[in-house]
Amino acid sequence: MIHSLFIINNAGDVFMEKHWKSVINRSICDYFFEVQSKAATPEDVPPVISTPHHYLINIYRSQLHLVAVVTTEVPPLFVIEFLHRVMDTFEDYFGDSSEATIKEQYVVVYELLDEMLDNGFPLAMEANILKELIKPSNILRTIANTMTGKSNVSGTLPTGQLSNIPWRRTGVKYTNNEAYFDIIEEVDAIVDKSGSTVAAEIQGRVDATVKLSGMPDLTLTFMNPRLLDDLSFHPCVRFKRWEAERVISFVPPDGSFRLMSYHIGTQNLVAIPVYLRHNISFREGSGGRFDVSVGPKQTMGKTVENVSLEVPFPKSVLNVTLTPNVGKYTFDPVNKIMVWEIGRIDPTKLPNIRGSISLQSGAPIPESNPTISVNFTINQMAISGLKVNRLDMYGEKYKPFKGVKYITKAGKFQVRT
Amino acid sequence: MASNGGFQNSGYNNDRPPSSTGSGDADVATDPASSSFFMNDYKKHDDLKQMLDTNKDNLKLEAMKRIIGMVAKGKDASDLFPAVVKNVVSKNLEVKKLVYVYLTRYAEEQQDLALLSISTFQRALKDPNQLIRASALRVLSSIRVPVIVPIMMLSIKESCNDMSPYVRKTAAHAIPKLFSLDPELKDQLIEVIEKLLADKTTLVAGSAIQAFEEVCPERIDLIHKNYRKLCNLLVDVEEWGQVVIINMLTRYARTQFVNPNRDDMIEEESEKAFYGSDEDEEKEDKEEEEDDKPKKKPYVMDPDHRLLLRNCKPLLNSRNAAVVMAVAQLYYHCAPRAEVGMVAKSLIRLLRSHKEVQYIVLSNIATMSVKRKGMFEPFLKSFYVHSTDPTHVKLLKLEILTNLGTETSISTIIREFQTYITSTDKEFAAATIQAIGRCASTIPEITDTCLNGLVRLMSNRDETVVAESVVVIKKLLQMQPQEHKDIIVHMAKMAQDITVPMARASILWMIGEYSDRVPKIAPDVLRQCAKNFINEEDIVKLQILNLAAKLCITNSKQTKLLCQYVFNLAKYDQNYDIRDRARFLRQLIIPGEKAGAFAKYAKKMFLATKPAPVLESKFKDRDQFQLATLSHVLNTKATGYREIPDFPEVAPDPTVRNVEVPTAWVADTNLLAQKKKKKGGKVKPAKKKSFYSDEESEEDEDEEEEEDSSDETDSSEEDSSEEEEESEEEEDEEDEKPKKKSKKVEDEEDEESSEEVDSSEEEESSEEEDEEEESSDEEPQPKAKSTKAKTGATSNAAMLLDLDLTMSLGDTLVNQDAEEAEVGSTVANPAAVGKSDFLMPVLAQDMSSLSLGGDTGGSTTVTAPSFIPTKTYELLNRITGGGLSITYRFTRTVSIFSEKMASVELTLTNSSDKPVLNVKIGDKKLQSGMEIFDFPEIGNLGVGATVTATMGINFADTTQPATFDVCTQEKKFSVTVKAPVGEQIQPVNMAENEFDKQQGKLSGMNENSGTVDMATENTDIKTISRRVYEVANVVQVPSMQDNTYKFAGKTLSAGALVLISVKLDGRKAALKVNCEKMVIGSMLLKDLKDSMTKKD
Repeated sequence: MIHSLFIINNAGDVFMEKHWKSVINRSICDYFFEVQSKAATPEDVPPVISTPHHYLINIYRSQLHLVAVVTTEVPPLFVIEFLHRVMDTFEDYFGDSSEATIKEQYVVVYELLDEMLDNGFPLAMEANILKELIKPSNILRTIANTMTGKSNVSGTLPTGQLSNIPWRRTGVKYTNNEAYFDIIEEVDAIVDKSGSTVAAEIQGRVDATVKLSGMPDLTLTFMNPRLLDDLSFHPCVRFKRWEAERVISFVPPDGSFRLMSYHIGTQNLVAIPVYLRHNISFREGSGGRFDVSVGPKQTMGKTVENVSLEVPFPKSVLNVTLTPNVGKYTFDPVNKIMVWEIGRIDPTKLPNIRGSISLQSGAPIPESNPTISVNFTINQMAISGLKVNRLDMYGEKYKPFKGVKYITKAGKFQVRT
Repeated sequence: MASNGGFQNSGYNNDRPPSSTGSGDADVATDPASSSFFMNDYKKHDDLKQMLDTNKDNLKLEAMKRIIGMVAKGKDASDLFPAVVKNVVSKNLEVKKLVYVYLTRYAEEQQDLALLSISTFQRALKDPNQLIRASALRVLSSIRVPVIVPIMMLSIKESCNDMSPYVRKTAAHAIPKLFSLDPELKDQLIEVIEKLLADKTTLVAGSAIQAFEEVCPERIDLIHKNYRKLCNLLVDVEEWGQVVIINMLTRYARTQFVNPNRDDMIEEESEKAFYGSDEDEEKEDKEEEEDDKPKKKPYVMDPDHRLLLRNCKPLLNSRNAAVVMAVAQLYYHCAPRAEVGMVAKSLIRLLRSHKEVQYIVLSNIATMSVKRKGMFEPFLKSFYVHSTDPTHVKLLKLEILTNLGTETSISTIIREFQTYITSTDKEFAAATIQAIGRCASTIPEITDTCLNGLVRLMSNRDETVVAESVVVIKKLLQMQPQEHKDIIVHMAKMAQDITVPMARASILWMIGEYSDRVPKIAPDVLRQCAKNFINEEDIVKLQILNLAAKLCITNSKQTKLLCQYVFNLAKYDQNYDIRDRARFLRQLIIPGEKAGAFAKYAKKMFLATKPAPVLESKFKDRDQFQLATLSHVLNTKATGYREIPDFPEVAPDPTVRNVEVPTAWVADTNLLAQKKKKKGGKVKPAKKKSFYSDEESEEDEDEEEEEDSSDETDSSEEDSSEEEEESEEEEDEEDEKPKKKSKKVEDEEDEESSEEVDSSEEEESSEEEDEEEESSDEEPQPKAKSTKAKTGATSNAAMLLDLDLTMSLGDTLVNQDAEEAEVGSTVANPAAVGKSDFLMPVLAQDMSSLSLGGDTGGSTTVTAPSFIPTKTYELLNRITGGGLSITYRFTRTVSIFSEKMASVELTLTNSSDKPVLNVKIGDKKLQSGMEIFDFPEIGNLGVGATVTATMGINFADTTQPATFDVCTQEKKFSVTVKAPVGEQIQPVNMAENEFDKQQGKLSGMNENSGTVDMATENTDIKTISRRVYEVANVVQVPSMQDNTYKFAGKTLSAGALVLISVKLDGRKAALKVNCEKMVIGSMLLKDLKDSMTKKD
């Protein structure tokens, strides 16, 4: 299936290659560079590129292009999903997946890549299994290994590989048994000029960090599971119980993982937590005026934090001179992007930014106003109203510490002006 | 190569024992890293070689890490091959692993040297550690040296019989590697694949199918027997395997089942009706449907087809986008139209994923939305474009929005489009205008609005917008030119201001085409163009020529000279197309003395009414490619793409998917099994139908329940009739106790009695006698089990089979005494085996993960009951029944009507003085979820006669009684059948660790436990198991713990596991019942307690 993998940085330097079948010369990447040069931004590179004898399927993540070479028909999502899993694994192992980290950890990276695929077909992709096969290096272990002459590579097959719960390793032991669940919801919205919502959806996920000894069997119940209509589960979740009883029942993997993600679509009513009042105008000759204020809308009494606005001005804008009453702003004259960092919204004093825009002389006035992207975070609230009822544990005797956190964030939250 | 000499030298060094080099190299190696600084270029790797030659692991490791660094960066490290390859024997795991990585990279280039390492791998293939076996096979099969092909073949053959499923998985991966190295071996490899396909473990399934797809995708016949198993295992296979399996099954479904949308097609295309009806007749013959609708048979889905769809459905909730997409395409290609819609929601969810995923999913949605508008209409807003989307995503969203446009939604879509036009992304803005054009052409109601809007856009400052508008307007006008003279005039005026070639060309073409509507302007436009002719783009020049020609025909007075002038200019153009065109036009338009025959038709040629262009989706024909494939995304056939076959008109024989149990075990059966075979028939029906039971018990909520169950009845009847044949054959062969066989399947209740006759006991044997019979009469129990083990393992390795056999035999035999000796002669001393402690834990674990049956994922199989109770209950009293009395009992056989039903055997006795006529079941008053399958009507029950009849009742895992009426010709009696919970269970075989695991899962509220004081005589295992068996229809799980006895079963209706364990401590016994259904658990515990304390 997957023949080879090349990792390329933004400078066009192929700094790692791995072949699972016979070797393919890295000159194959030239086809990729050719396409890349035509794309305006790295994101615009099409994920599938066809060359005379090979097909290049690539992803762009963490400033890196991962280019997989395939020679025959294969479901493209299979490869894309795999590449993203590779990056997920790197992030899980090293904390991030930047070029520097990968270069620094090349041995582990290479061992991982070798273990993940066999003949281009996934062999071991579960984080828990990989971590047993190849232990993530940390300072403590490095020292211990030097002293004892042990290595990071395991000599026995992880038991998970053979069991029907491959995601959990056995013999887990913690002194503090704890399970944390973060319910994170992102609001995607398009708000039009007049302030009415064109489209809004919620993308939610439940990320868990479970550090429990033994083989705990957890059951998570929601107060209002009816909200969850379209979701995907980690393989550990027993789908039949969800179907029958609307409870999430699972034997968790050890460590951090995404338990489930859900999607609340455009058909549902989605609360919009902030509003924008804007007045942006361009005039021939003199430039234009810019006046935007932000305020909380449906926040159920919670404060809106980490608010920031991103305004991509038209290319003909030379500079902006603005005065915010809260926070500060920066203007990038190359990309013409203005970012206004507001922070917390104080409902008694609504943040406002106003000032003038100067245009390039002679340039025609822009025909459209910029679309403003808004970012915000609201803690202790899930905007959909989802609430955890309880978490029960079976199969183990001890009492775990349990915690649930709710966060609402802006996803692609855009206001057209 | 210059370093060849170096190879030799280091080769010598390698041969020296480490002790001799150790002292010499030690001082050099003290700080090799720094020494590398001073090395000359040609010896740049010498330090690494030295490090590899030391006997210090950490130096070797350091060297290997640096070498791997070179490999990773793509630098050539091949000259280090000799130094590296000898470290293949290193004891240090990490060094070894890195050497393996290095070997797979360079072995192809250094074939001779690579051979040195082969023996190491061959040795490692025999290692007791499964990880080492597996990685040895991985490397061995990855080094791509043709010389070792025979060795690889041998290793693969051996490994696919390995006990560890992990090694078998690796073997499956090795198959395509070997195939690519030597395609000649195909036939041999197919044999191996066939073996791996039969593997029951989820770990192997995905890889085996991948090997199948790469080596012999055309051998669809290999799938038949594994089809149901694959469907049932699917949910538990790892996600990557799921993708491959679903794709393969999509193809399978398209070749083996008829089109589920056939009926729709008949309605839609009446001319094809005769076609469909033919098929229907075929169908009728084949499936023997009930004949209540004589005219037109409705389409009935093959239960196997339904099985596939149903088992894939939960995977829509997978976290893996590839799996969701695979299920979506399966439904799109293979499901009835009404069901395809449900995949939409899941696909929409994927849109929030990474942008690459978004791109692929959107392009698939685009294709689907062409044909199935309604599917995505509710999600219209999810396709609205965010300004931060990458361009390719924006374009796809636009495409989909356009496809989805209907009269009702178009106004919102157009409003949305208007904001897109002002986008700073010009490519996107241009595409939006085209999209508006398409909407306008497909939905006549908005054409005018769109045209006006587009005309307004022509005064836009942005050139691309203007140009695109012109092109689109041209296309729209062509469809209805009459009404829009003003637009044409407007455009003609703009002709000189627009600089984009395509737009200019479009305007010119339009003026030429509709010159009769703008007779004054047209010649003027031509004049201006002629002036600037030489500076125009080619495409514009061609249109100028066209315009000139057309005007010359309609208005030759004014334009003939102009026309000639243009032709003359074109004659000397640099572009040969233009020169050609000019020459061609001149002959037609301005014929010389020798007028061509065509000249007089010039007008017809040029001013014929042209058909309006059809603006349609780019994705219109994409569905010729299977969705979710690379070819679909690229819109060309990728290498190795296999066309998605059309549904056959007549489904191929569906019986090929029935698993042929007998052949599997007759083939490699041993003496013992042979001897028991005549009894095997008893087990077989249960075994066979376990597939259906899975499908039934798993998803009772399924909407097509009714249809299915009728189908199932059909097929189970089929099965049983087959069974009958078989047993008859056997009868002929063995000619032993012929009576016993004949009735066996027809009337299950006869089985019992005949067995009892056989064991020369009285009809009304007591329970002890029953028990004794079991042990004396050729041990029906071990026989049953061995057969089961056989059938389960089918064609697995002989070694595994033997183990299975001995294990299951041993475990059952452990409880039995004297008679074993004669059985023992066939198996290696079962008394010793019986303790089963010879099985190392590892082995036992391996064994258990090798699930023995076709059950869904879990390693449990339904098996035959270990004990059949004789207790009867009264259904109808002789007095109240006016002479008709009915008793019933539970036969514990798998009901032939449905897997979920308990078989209830009724004994009807007529003790009145006149015959009772037409006994049948009348009205039923049932709790929801319960079902009754009536016994056939008994026409005449003579005076004093006794008749038995079997009915099936699905109690839906409740303790509620089933109430119904028994009708005779004159009277009606309301009766109730109440099933003890123990009768609503069927026994399943499982291994001990599986039992423990399941028990662990069913803790908390699902667990009921209690302690009982047993009567002294009850403390031996034989009694305990009998006591348990009396209460519940379960089977004992072979246990390695002393004094703990475990029993497993599952409920008939929901298939929930019921696990019983009895822990003996002197006279006290701790009972534990684990069951998901809490009521059943607690009731069962109560019953067990009663039974245990009961004195004989």
